[in-house]
Amino acid sequence: MASLIIQRIGAATSFDTNNNFDRRSLSGRKSGFLVVRSDGAKITTGLKPIGSRTHHLVTNAVATKPGNSAASTASKSGHEILLFDALREGLEEEMDRDARVCVMGEDVGHYGGSYKVTKGLAPKYGDLRVLDTPIAENAFTGMGIGAAMTGLRPIIEGMNMGFLLLAFNQISNNCGMLHYTSGGQFKIPVVIRGPGGVGRQLGAEHSQRLESYFQSIPGIQMVACSTPYNAKGLMKAAIRSDNPVILFEHVLLYNLKETIPDEEYVLNLEEAEMVRPGQHVTILTYSRMRYHVMQAAKTLVNKGYDPEVIDIRSLKPFDLHMIGNSVKKTHRVLIVEECMRTGGIGASLTAAINENFQDYLDAPIVCLSSQDVPTPYAGTLEEWTVVQPPQIVAAVEQLCK
Amino acid sequence: MTIWLAVTRGANYRTKTLISTAFRSLRTSLTTFASGDAREGTSRKPAYMSSGTYYRSSHFGASEARQQVNHFSSDDEEDKSQVLDFPGGPVPYTDEMRFLPGSSEKRVQCYRVLDDEGYPLSSTQFQHVRKEVAVKMYSGMVTLQAMDTVIYEAQRQGRISFYMTSYGEEAVNLGSVAALSDDDIVLPQYREPGVMLWRGFELQQFVDQFFGNKNDIGKGRQMPTHYGSNKHNVLTISAPLATQLPQAVGAAYSLKMDKKDACVVTYFGDGCSSEGDFHASLNFAAVMEVPIVYICRNNGWAISTPVTEQFRIDGIVVKGQAYGIQSIRVDGNDVLAVYNAVRAAREIAIKEQRPILIEALTYRVGHHSTSDDSTKYRPVDEIEHWKTARNPVSIFRKWIQRSGWWSDKEESEFRANIRKQVIHAVQVAEKTEKAPIGNIFSDVYEKLPKNLMEQEKLLKETVKRYPRDFPNAPL
Repeated sequence: MASLIIQRIGAATSFDTNNNFDRRSLSGRKSGFLVVRSDGAKITTGLKPIGSRTHHLVTNAVATKPGNSAASTASKSGHEILLFDALREGLEEEMDRDARVCVMGEDVGHYGGSYKVTKGLAPKYGDLRVLDTPIAENAFTGMGIGAAMTGLRPIIEGMNMGFLLLAFNQISNNCGMLHYTSGGQFKIPVVIRGPGGVGRQLGAEHSQRLESYFQSIPGIQMVACSTPYNAKGLMKAAIRSDNPVILFEHVLLYNLKETIPDEEYVLNLEEAEMVRPGQHVTILTYSRMRYHVMQAAKTLVNKGYDPEVIDIRSLKPFDLHMIGNSVKKTHRVLIVEECMRTGGIGASLTAAINENFQDYLDAPIVCLSSQDVPTPYAGTLEEWTVVQPPQIVAAVEQLCK
Repeated sequence: MTIWLAVTRGANYRTKTLISTAFRSLRTSLTTFASGDAREGTSRKPAYMSSGTYYRSSHFGASEARQQVNHFSSDDEEDKSQVLDFPGGPVPYTDEMRFLPGSSEKRVQCYRVLDDEGYPLSSTQFQHVRKEVAVKMYSGMVTLQAMDTVIYEAQRQGRISFYMTSYGEEAVNLGSVAALSDDDIVLPQYREPGVMLWRGFELQQFVDQFFGNKNDIGKGRQMPTHYGSNKHNVLTISAPLATQLPQAVGAAYSLKMDKKDACVVTYFGDGCSSEGDFHASLNFAAVMEVPIVYICRNNGWAISTPVTEQFRIDGIVVKGQAYGIQSIRVDGNDVLAVYNAVRAAREIAIKEQRPILIEALTYRVGHHSTSDDSTKYRPVDEIEHWKTARNPVSIFRKWIQRSGWWSDKEESEFRANIRKQVIHAVQVAEKTEKAPIGNIFSDVYEKLPKNLMEQEKLLKETVKRYPRDFPNAPL
């Protein structure tokens, strides 16, 4: 199971040792197994890749900077980094760039944050810019909003996303609203971030998927990071945005390793990421489920399917442009999410696609989500509340019949 | 200068007797409580609480405890073996099992400058105000009353949907804001329009906000009396209670970072002090050491809940001590007392970068809002008493006229004039076009996103297609 965490997005022809992959069948594949990285950076793993190529094509440049095409960055050197460190790097770069950026939350200062995202920042920027707060989520979220209204750009860290339920009043009634109700006089450029999602036996209260509760709030933007590359890029973009942004991280993805570019880059908050282009079916996913999908994709490719995998990244608003183009191409949609069935991101995405691309669908949209239950503690039970690769494979097979 | 020093010293003296944040003083006051209990010494109290009968550890028969506890004298702090080395400082042990009382015997005293007839108390230390300030405060209070009267009537006539009056609290409104500088950031609750008035928000702007027309500074989005103006350093009011309190800490934190010579002032009511955000905010402010003045308008009522059902303690002033915040109680119907207290509090807050809590005792003469009829839950003569005998405007009027800065003639002229101005503002606001449909969608985000653009287009098309169903729709 541990390998799930360090599983790569999928380098060109390399394999995971714990995958029952039939190597011989690779030669019979219709299309090359290409994993697209927007910057084309090589993904370093411990495994020696088998097969000719380890580089891969890059499609649409998701980065906002034009001309930052993957081809050019592929040749430049990058540095290997873990996801939590990529977040920290993005944070540090923005704090260097703009003196108004500050961090507040529990244990973010000298402790460095529960997931080490703010490690080393307090000694560098001082206790005032990296502020340890008492334990009152609604209070420090409100504090961040008040500071934002008077000129600062705070990043509010929830130790676990579930705790931010205590801050719902401030987030919904004030964060999302005050720019509007003040007639545009006050802006709230806050970033609210923290780890969420189902972890390893963290218990129901620490396994919340808050994106389903927050998605309705007008005035906020929501993004979910899934790789070190997009984590850093989204962090920077969220800080620079004048809108309040909620950045969803995942407890199990903090130790993902990847090589990211040395030079500065900022991603677009509203764009999705093409993980693997394909022809047969569009699989929409985000955060940790991306890795389950990619694992399933290997099996699917082996069985002769060509799934197109898109990491939607932007949970509010949806990137209906990329999603729409994909639906128009494949005509079949599978959504794989970690949210509960009722009222999750998948539910909204299903509605949005049905509304906008009804004519292009050859089959009803299938949405795989967690059941409508609190996450149980026992390891096996917990595993079965989360969508697993075999279910994804079965769903695609069913969809493509 | 000397009078001002007297105020500071006086304030400090008072705050020392009222509360103290130093550990030593806290301990002293504890022993005061203890001796107070000793004097009481009734048989009703349990054995360990009555005078002279201290609870001995031998009752437990625990020899271990016996060894640790010696005859600990309350003045003997220097004996290091009798202290517990605990995070935050040494804690002296005691062999007495004594519970701190839940409340003090006496209520916290209330600072006032003028008596009910508007005469300055002989021994009060206060700073004299200049004529301009006094007249501006008084005319602000009268304007506030006039606006309340006219707009309340307008609501009753169905011309606007909702309003909240500030009757009875004019002194808290004007006395406090007069003591601030224009750089001080204010986060009101919803019953402090005097703050905006003082800082130059026009009558017409107020009324435009009530009507939600196209000139409304809030673009027709917030309910009446929930305004804000960044030009006047007043942050837009949000309806849920106490949300402004943690935000005030954030704003003060921002001032602290910029090292500005300004503070944050935030208002809230007695009912609001029950909200979790109130407690968290005070705690945060004390821990962060930010320049913030909390002003509580304890007006006795939270809609229909009287303070006796809101908390079980002597008001809000004693709560500051729980968080390490210097606090003072003032007569909220005495403009000069409020002015002086806020003035002093502001100085301390900025110079020492710490929060201050002011509880202004006043009374909500009007209803909670136009959706409320307070005669249903409180006696009419109680309302009448505060409306007449303790009316802040008439008390101050007596003082200002006696000072030779106001007269009966000016009073009647001013009242007639201001009433005319408010009515005129209402007439203008009524005729002004309502806020445009585009205001529904703009400012949700920094830039109008695609989905909202589509929704706006859809709505505008619908309005155009069915003009009879959407009369007077301002496109």
